[in-house]
Amino acid sequence: MSLRTLEGFKFSTLKTPVHLLDPRTKFLLVIAVLVPALLFANIYVMIALLLSQVPLLFVGKVARRWALSLRAGVFLSALIFVVNLFTGSYLSAIALTLRFLVLLTSFSLFFMTTSPDDLGLALDRIGAVRWLSRRWLGYPNALSFTFTTAVRLVPTLAVDAQTVVDAQRSRGLELDKGNLLKRVRNYIPILIPLLLIAIRRSLELAEALESRGFPGKEGRTSLFQLKLRPVDYSIIAVSLAIIGISFWVYFHYKIPVL
Amino acid sequence: MITLEKVSFTYRSGQRALQEIDLNLEGGDFIAIMGENGAGKTTLAKHLNGLLKPSQGRVLVDGEDTRKVSVARLSRKVGLVFQNPDHLLFSETVKDEVAFGLKNFGFAPEVVHNQVTRTLEALGLSEYAETSPFLLSGGERKRVALAAILATEPDYLILDEPTIGQDYQQKERLRNFILQLYSQGKAVVMITHDVEFVAESNPKVILLSQGRIVAQGPADSVLSKDELVKKASLVRPQMSRLFGELTKYGLPSDVVDVHRARILLEEKLSEAKVRVAQNS
Repeated sequence: MSLRTLEGFKFSTLKTPVHLLDPRTKFLLVIAVLVPALLFANIYVMIALLLSQVPLLFVGKVARRWALSLRAGVFLSALIFVVNLFTGSYLSAIALTLRFLVLLTSFSLFFMTTSPDDLGLALDRIGAVRWLSRRWLGYPNALSFTFTTAVRLVPTLAVDAQTVVDAQRSRGLELDKGNLLKRVRNYIPILIPLLLIAIRRSLELAEALESRGFPGKEGRTSLFQLKLRPVDYSIIAVSLAIIGISFWVYFHYKIPVL
Repeated sequence: MITLEKVSFTYRSGQRALQEIDLNLEGGDFIAIMGENGAGKTTLAKHLNGLLKPSQGRVLVDGEDTRKVSVARLSRKVGLVFQNPDHLLFSETVKDEVAFGLKNFGFAPEVVHNQVTRTLEALGLSEYAETSPFLLSGGERKRVALAAILATEPDYLILDEPTIGQDYQQKERLRNFILQLYSQGKAVVMITHDVEFVAESNPKVILLSQGRIVAQGPADSVLSKDELVKKASLVRPQMSRLFGELTKYGLPSDVVDVHRARILLEEKLSEAKVRVAQNS
């Protein structure tokens, strides 16, 4: 697994119908996939869940990058398959591997089509988040701001990671040399600079924010307001129905693997 | 010798960073690579020790194609000092930091010890040998990063923005140090925006713009030409601007360094003095 895996979770600025959905709607959709995927270990259910997301991937124009993230997930899928082969039947191993792919796809779809800014706005609108944030950090937008900043810094950190790797390789470090223990130790010269860069950057960010008057007296307002459209309402209704039905079936029937 | 033959490089994002670069680098060479931000300077530097492989063309280091040799092996000959020291410092002491490369290259402990001591002395860092590199100032950290590469005695030294964050005295020391290295037969390549530093050191200048070499030649002829300098988003060094204004007195316009300026001005002034004496 390399940094390339992250490609399948990176947001790209497009204006497809999927991108334009409200982030809350999309998040509920993720849950609507998550709930049946986790409640039932049935191969048909998994295939149905997987296939149902394919049209969205195409409408969102992210199918190609989704394929990239799948390719990166092959190793993990194989691992899940083998481990479950030892603990259960091969059918349940298939089901659980498919479950992994379903989860990978839905998260990948969500992050590829939802801008971090929208996500931050959505978090800001959730009362519980604001309440927690005020209790812990004394300011209602702090938690959502922290989240947005963290997401925002991932690509920057990825660039830093590449530079650190290049710098240490220029000093004769060979990452894939030696036995397992040596290989793990090889990462020390990568991780320490990276960690320090991240810490230094967050301190600088904090100072920059404070010198610009963050968080302000009145709290934060935003230029863009999230608004649920009729499409959103219908998707929310469908998602809630799926979640409801899933639980109902789960408590009344026993679903076999195949 | 490092030879670049029609080297082009395109990043995976599709950005074309280098286009058909031809370049030769020999022992005793001192080259400054200059150009606007994003011109491809750092990309070029990363080609010299094989961190990046050309999309087209090839890079030969002492006859070996960089595509076929490991970065670790090339790094013994080609020392690349990165711009930001924070990208490489990780050890508990400055001494360990400088020893890291030597240990990776498999030198014997006593050789490592001797090299570390010598390098720290040469860069005025001896007093910090047992200090944590993270407690040092920005300029000092940068010198530790330089020491970490220099200790392995590479034949080719590539410096990415070595003058950033250095005060004038440190720049002066750096210049002398570079002078010493290339007079010892090593090749030094310096990537920089610092026109004044380049003007005073008088290396061969290569101007990069949008991934292409747009001009090359001695510093005084390249840096004194407005149209060339503008292409690389630079301004002429102060001395060149001054002499550009003084051409009407019969002074040459391609003067960029204080030393030559002084000789020429002294000549002019003593001529004038003689003339004044004759008139009165």
